[in-house]
Amino acid sequence: MDALLEIDSVSKRFGGFLALDRVSIRVRAGERLGLIGPNGSGKTTLINCVSGALPTDGGRILFDGRDITRLPAHQRTRLGIVRSFQIPKPFTSMTVLENLEIALEYAAHARSAGAAAGALEILERIGLAAKARLRPAGLTQIEMRKLELARAMAARPKLLISDEAMAGLSSAEVDDILAILFRLNEQGITIIMIEHIMRAVMRFSERVVVLDAGTRIAEGAPAEIVRNPAVEKAYLGE
Amino acid sequence: MLSWDLVANAVVAGILLGGFYAAVSLGVSLTFGLLDVVNIAHPAFVILGAYAAYVMNSSFGLDPILTGIVFTPLFYLIGAGVYRIYYGSFERRGEESLRGLVFFFGLLFIIEVGLSLKYGVDYRLVEAAYIGKSIDLGGVGIAFRLLVPCVVGLAMTLGLYLFLSRTFYGRAVMGVSQDQGALRLMGADPVRIKTIAFGLGIAAASLSGALLITISPVVPSTDRDYIGRVFAITVLGGLGSIGGTLVAAIILGVAESLMATLFGPSWSLAVSFGILLLALAVRPAGLFGR
Amino acid sequence: MRPARALIVAVAIIGLGLLLAGLRVNPYIYFAGYVVLQYVVIATAWNVLGGYAGYVNFGTPAFFALGAYTSIALIEAFHAPLPVLILSGGLVTALLGLGIGYLTLRLKGVFFSIATFALSVVVQTLIINWDYVGGAKGYTLIRPPAPVFGNWGVLLFTLMVVLAVVTVLVARTIERSWIGRGLAALRDNEEAAECMGVPTLRLKLFATTLSGFFLGVAGAPFPYYVTYVEPASTFDLNYAVNALAMPMIGGTTTWLGPVIGAVLLGTAQQVATVTISSELDLLIVGVVLVLFVVLAPEGLLGLVRRLRSR
Repeated sequence: MDALLEIDSVSKRFGGFLALDRVSIRVRAGERLGLIGPNGSGKTTLINCVSGALPTDGGRILFDGRDITRLPAHQRTRLGIVRSFQIPKPFTSMTVLENLEIALEYAAHARSAGAAAGALEILERIGLAAKARLRPAGLTQIEMRKLELARAMAARPKLLISDEAMAGLSSAEVDDILAILFRLNEQGITIIMIEHIMRAVMRFSERVVVLDAGTRIAEGAPAEIVRNPAVEKAYLGE
Repeated sequence: MLSWDLVANAVVAGILLGGFYAAVSLGVSLTFGLLDVVNIAHPAFVILGAYAAYVMNSSFGLDPILTGIVFTPLFYLIGAGVYRIYYGSFERRGEESLRGLVFFFGLLFIIEVGLSLKYGVDYRLVEAAYIGKSIDLGGVGIAFRLLVPCVVGLAMTLGLYLFLSRTFYGRAVMGVSQDQGALRLMGADPVRIKTIAFGLGIAAASLSGALLITISPVVPSTDRDYIGRVFAITVLGGLGSIGGTLVAAIILGVAESLMATLFGPSWSLAVSFGILLLALAVRPAGLFGR
Repeated sequence: MRPARALIVAVAIIGLGLLLAGLRVNPYIYFAGYVVLQYVVIATAWNVLGGYAGYVNFGTPAFFALGAYTSIALIEAFHAPLPVLILSGGLVTALLGLGIGYLTLRLKGVFFSIATFALSVVVQTLIINWDYVGGAKGYTLIRPPAPVFGNWGVLLFTLMVVLAVVTVLVARTIERSWIGRGLAALRDNEEAAECMGVPTLRLKLFATTLSGFFLGVAGAPFPYYVTYVEPASTFDLNYAVNALAMPMIGGTTTWLGPVIGAVLLGTAQQVATVTISSELDLLIVGVVLVLFVVLAPEGLLGLVRRLRSR
C-alpha cells in the first residue's frame, strides 16, 4: 500500500496510565478511513499525537515518507496534516472570514489579497458565506461546527482528520457535513473520520479501524466490522 | 571556613523554616495545584493575616498564633467571596488567563498599598512567651520562634492532607480537579466545591501569616518575597500534591538557609527564583506531580 | 491609513513636540510630559506581549530598571552618548525578555507571569549588590551641558516624543501585519492557532523580545531625567501596576488603547501627586484596575465600540 500516513507502533502514557499501546495504522493516499471505538479508547489521544499536539512515548509517525515524530504541530499542518476539534475552538476576537484567513495565511501560505477571496469561496461551499463578517459568538452550534471544518479546509490539507464533527447534529445536518467531506475526498484529500454516529461512519468509510483501551482490536470494511464480535464486546461489554 | 556547627545550624534552621514555608504554600497548592486558579495575591493574604496578628497582639496582647486560628473563619469567608467574584467575572466566561491574573495582581496591589497606608512602612513585630527562647540539642540551637511555626505548619499540612483524602468535601475537591462532569453527576456543585477550597486556601494563608510575623518582623512589601517562594514550592513539589509541597518547602528552606549562611541573606530570594526556573525547565510536573 | 499616511502623522506629532519645545513654556510641562510619554512607551511595549499575545508580564520594573542601569554602566565605562545608551538598554532588556521567554513560554502562560514577577525581585537584588552602578546607595549623574536646546528638560521631553512615536508606530505596524494576526490567533486559542500552522512559540518569543526591547528603551534615558538613580524608586511597583492598568483602561487589542490609557492615567497621576500622597494614588490605580478588569475588560475602546454598535 502506498501509505500517506504511517502510524508505527505509537505509544502514549499519562503518568501511570497507558493511553495508547503500540498502535499501528497505515492510511493510503486518497483513502476514507473511519476510526471508531468506545469512549476513552484513545482515539483523540491518537489524533493529538498525529497532529503534534502531544509528544509520543514510543514509535514513529511518517507522513508522505517523512519521519515527522519530532516535528512541532504547526509544521505538520504546513505539510498538510490538518485536524478539526471535537469542541470547536474558533478565534473569538476575529470574524468568521478572518478565522479562515489565518489558516490560509499560515498553513496554506496564501499571504496576500488572494487569501480573502479563497476564504469566501470556502465559506460559500460550506454554507456560511452570509455570516462571514460575524464573530463566532454569533453562530449557532452547527454553524460553529461548520466553521471548524471550513477553517480546516482553508489550511489546504492533504490529510484531514475530522474529530467528531457531527456530534449532536440532526440527521439532515449530518448529511450536510457528509456531503462536504465526500466532495473534499473527491478532490484528493485523504480523510480520517472519528465518529460515534455509526450511520455516518459506515456510509463514509472505505475502511474502518477500531480502537479499544489503547489498542487496535479490529480493522476492515464497514460491513465486516459491524459483524465483528470483538467490536461488539468492546462497545457493549461482556 | 565551614564549621560543622555552622552548617548543622543552617540545615536545622532550614528544615524548621521549611515547615513554615509549607504552611504558606498550602493555600496555593490547593488553589493553583488543584483548582487551576492562579491566585498571585495569595502572599498578600498572608501579610494581611500577619497584620491581623500584629494588631491583636499590640492592642490586646493576644498570642499571634491564637489570633491566626481565631481569624480563620473570617478569612475563609473572604476567600469564598473573592472566588465568587473571580468565577462570575472570568472563569465562567472562559477568560481566566489574562484577566484573572490581572485581577489577582490588582488585589495583591490593593492589599499591599492599603496596608502601607494604614500602618506605614515600619517593620511590625509581635511578642509572645516563646519568642526569643531556644533550646540546644547537641550544639545545634533550635529557636522556638522557628520551632512553633514549623510544628503548626506540619499540623496544617497533615490536616489538609487528611481533609482531602478522608472527608467528603475534601475528596470532592480532588474530584473537581480531575473531572467536573463526573462531579455534577454525583450531585455535587463544582462551583460550591471550588468556593470551599478557595476559602480554605485563603484561611490557610492568613494563619500562615500569623506564623510569619512570629518568625520575623514584616512590612507590607514582604508579600513580594513570597510570590517566588510559594510558586517555586508548588511547582517543585508537583501541582496537586500536598506531600510534595511539604518536601519541596523543606528543600527550599534548607537551600535558602545554607545560601544565607554562606553568601549572605540578600541572595535567598534568588534561590527560590532559581529553583522555580530550574523546575520549570527540567521537570515542570514537579517531584510528585500528577 | 496607508503606511505613508501613518508616517506623515508621526512626523507631524514630532513636529508638534519640537514646536512645544521651542516655545519654552513652564518647565513643569516638560517634566510632566516626559513622564506621560514615558508611560506611552511602557504601556505600548507591555501591550505587545500582554494585549496582542495574551501573556501578562508582571516584571515591568525589572525591564525598565535594567534599561536605566545599563545606561549607568555604559556612562561609567565609556561615557557613551544617549543614542548608544538607548539602543544598548533596549538590547539588554530584549535579551532578558528572550531569556525568560525561552525558559517559560513552552509551558502554560501563568508560569511566564509568575517568573516575571519573581524576576523583578531578583534583578533588584542583583543591582543592589552591584556597586559599580551605585548599588543601594544610588548613583549620581553629573550632566554635561545639554547638547541640543541648551536645556535638559526640553531635550529629554523631545527625545521622549520621538521614542513614543517610534514605539507606537512599530506596535501599530506589527499589529496590522501577518505577525499581529498570528499573535491574535494564539491569544484567542493557542492550541487551535498551532494546529492552523501558526508557529506559536516563535511568535511568542518575538513578542516578548520586542516588548522587552521597548521597555528598556523607556528606561535608558531615566538617569538623565532624575540625575540620582537608586534601586527603590527605579524598581518602583508603580511601573508594574501602571504598565498593566494603562492598556487595560484604554483597551488591549489595539495600539490606541495603551496610548489613551497612558495619557489619561499618566496625566491624572501627575495632577494627583501634588494633591494626594503617592501611596493613595497607587491605591486608586489598583482599585481602578480591578474595577476595569471586572466590569469593563475591553477597556474604554471596548466600551466605545459597544456603545456605537447599539
